[in-house]
Amino acid sequence: MKQNAEGRAALVRMRDVALAWGNGVTALDGLTLDVRAGEFLAILGPSGCGKSTALRLMAGLLAPTRGQVRRDGGLTAAGRVGFVFQDPTLTPWSRALANVRLPLDLAGVARAEANERAAAMLALVGLAGFERAWPHELSGGMRMRVSIARALATHPDLLLMDEPFAALDEFTRARLNDDLLALRDQLGFTVAFVTHSSWESVYLADRIVIMSARPGRVLDEIGVTAPPGRGAAFRASPAYASQCAAVLALAAAASGAVA
Amino acid sequence: MSVPASRGAPLRLLTPLLTGFAALALWELAVRWLAIPPYILPGPVQVLQTLWSDQAILAPALGVTLWTTLEALALAVVGGVLLALLFSRSRLLSAALYPFAVVLQVTPVIAIAPLLLVWLEPGSAVLVCAFLVAFFPVLSNTAAGLQAIDPGLDELFRLYGASRWQRLVRLEAPTAAPHFLAGLRIAGGLALIGAIVAEIAAGAAGQGSGLAWRIVEAGYRLNIPRMFAALLLISVSGVLIHAGLSLLSRLLPGRGAPP
Ligand SMILES: Nc1ncnc2c1ncn2[C@@H]1O[C@H](COP(=O)(O)OP(=O)(O)OP(=O)(O)O)[C@@H](O)[C@H]1O
Ligand SMILES: [Mg+2]
Repeated sequence: MKQNAEGRAALVRMRDVALAWGNGVTALDGLTLDVRAGEFLAILGPSGCGKSTALRLMAGLLAPTRGQVRRDGGLTAAGRVGFVFQDPTLTPWSRALANVRLPLDLAGVARAEANERAAAMLALVGLAGFERAWPHELSGGMRMRVSIARALATHPDLLLMDEPFAALDEFTRARLNDDLLALRDQLGFTVAFVTHSSWESVYLADRIVIMSARPGRVLDEIGVTAPPGRGAAFRASPAYASQCAAVLALAAAASGAVA
Repeated sequence: MSVPASRGAPLRLLTPLLTGFAALALWELAVRWLAIPPYILPGPVQVLQTLWSDQAILAPALGVTLWTTLEALALAVVGGVLLALLFSRSRLLSAALYPFAVVLQVTPVIAIAPLLLVWLEPGSAVLVCAFLVAFFPVLSNTAAGLQAIDPGLDELFRLYGASRWQRLVRLEAPTAAPHFLAGLRIAGGLALIGAIVAEIAAGAAGQGSGLAWRIVEAGYRLNIPRMFAALLLISVSGVLIHAGLSLLSRLLPGRGAPP
């Protein structure tokens, strides 16, 4: 593993990456970005700048048109990377437990063990007792919890999240933010988290990168200073407010750069 | 599936029963009061009596028509689903063959029947006609269902390295199932119509076989009550086929997105 300036290994190294779609749209151009082992990285940027595209490159779902995406060798096996989409994308024809179990089923884990692990993960995201619920019987927040449990079912090293809470109300969103941080403390995965909210990014992340408008590349990077555990006290603190303001200003400048 | 309790259910069942009964009573009374002769319009009571007294002729005919319908439906399911799968695997094949399916679909079966009767013996010609009309809705609906795959789930299956078989069984089949069943519901009704139309086209050549032939024959003899009795059997068969196939859709787990 290559060590970066901070001395932590990079799980994903993107160097001067460009991605052009078949229709001629260049989503990314000159994107250089590391996801460091153990960190919580937030990616902020104007709509359409290529954030989702960048996550798909990290997941290995897309290959770059130019440049290099080096993924740590440990990530290439199935199940080492979890992905949470903007929508829960559950299968409507299976119950909550079977949805969480899907990655384990695809990996050929024996049914009894898979059930046990999926049930444990559902409990961990706060949905004990909902194993037999159908997706359409759950609220939006609960569905997102199922989606997170599914992404964590294989105990991945890297969790990619694409605006997972954007469709939720403010209170549900705040609760899920706290629960996500608690899960990360417990399970110790690395996160790359796309969001449109500077408040959310400061609350969650250790490090925030701000991308330019399309074609996307990294314009700025900011480290977050926060007490361990964060929580309500951090949310109410002047330190939180001032960091949010700083990120907001940078993000606004990035969006304004082209618009 | 749990839905909000509704008070409309008994009313929804009772209303058509009542209106149906009222219409029958009106029909019977009109026939009696106006002294309409049975060779013009028999009353419902006489139709039922004929159904009973002519059962030795009508029951085997019903058997023949129903068996043809079910055979045609089974062939349509196998052929339609296989071709839809083939289409979903190859754009070229789909582009090359779909026009043929459309031509067969838009050509009225009554116009094809005489040709088939020249080529085939009457029983097979009737079966092929019923198959031809039942085939298209199965094909087109299943093909549409196979294309309706959630792009997020598609990526999820790729992320976890799902095999072709796992994709087919766990993603494509459940996604297409509600569409397929909607097509099957249409195909069931059409198969019956196709069988009847072909039997009528077969005319005297199909002597002694299906219900439609009994209608034609009763027409020659001005045996109007038997015509009505045969008609009644055809309608009831159609309703039962539709109800049976609708019931199948209800057996789908969860909420398979209704097309
Ligand atoms: N499958 C695709 N085919 C063609 N163009 C695409 C495709 N997916 C995305 N794009 C284009 O690539 C650009 C970047 O898209 P992407 O979804 O990565 O942006 P984003 O930063 O995630 O936007 P948002 O914040 O709105 O989700 C956009 O201009 C989009 O139109
Ligand atoms: Mg996006």
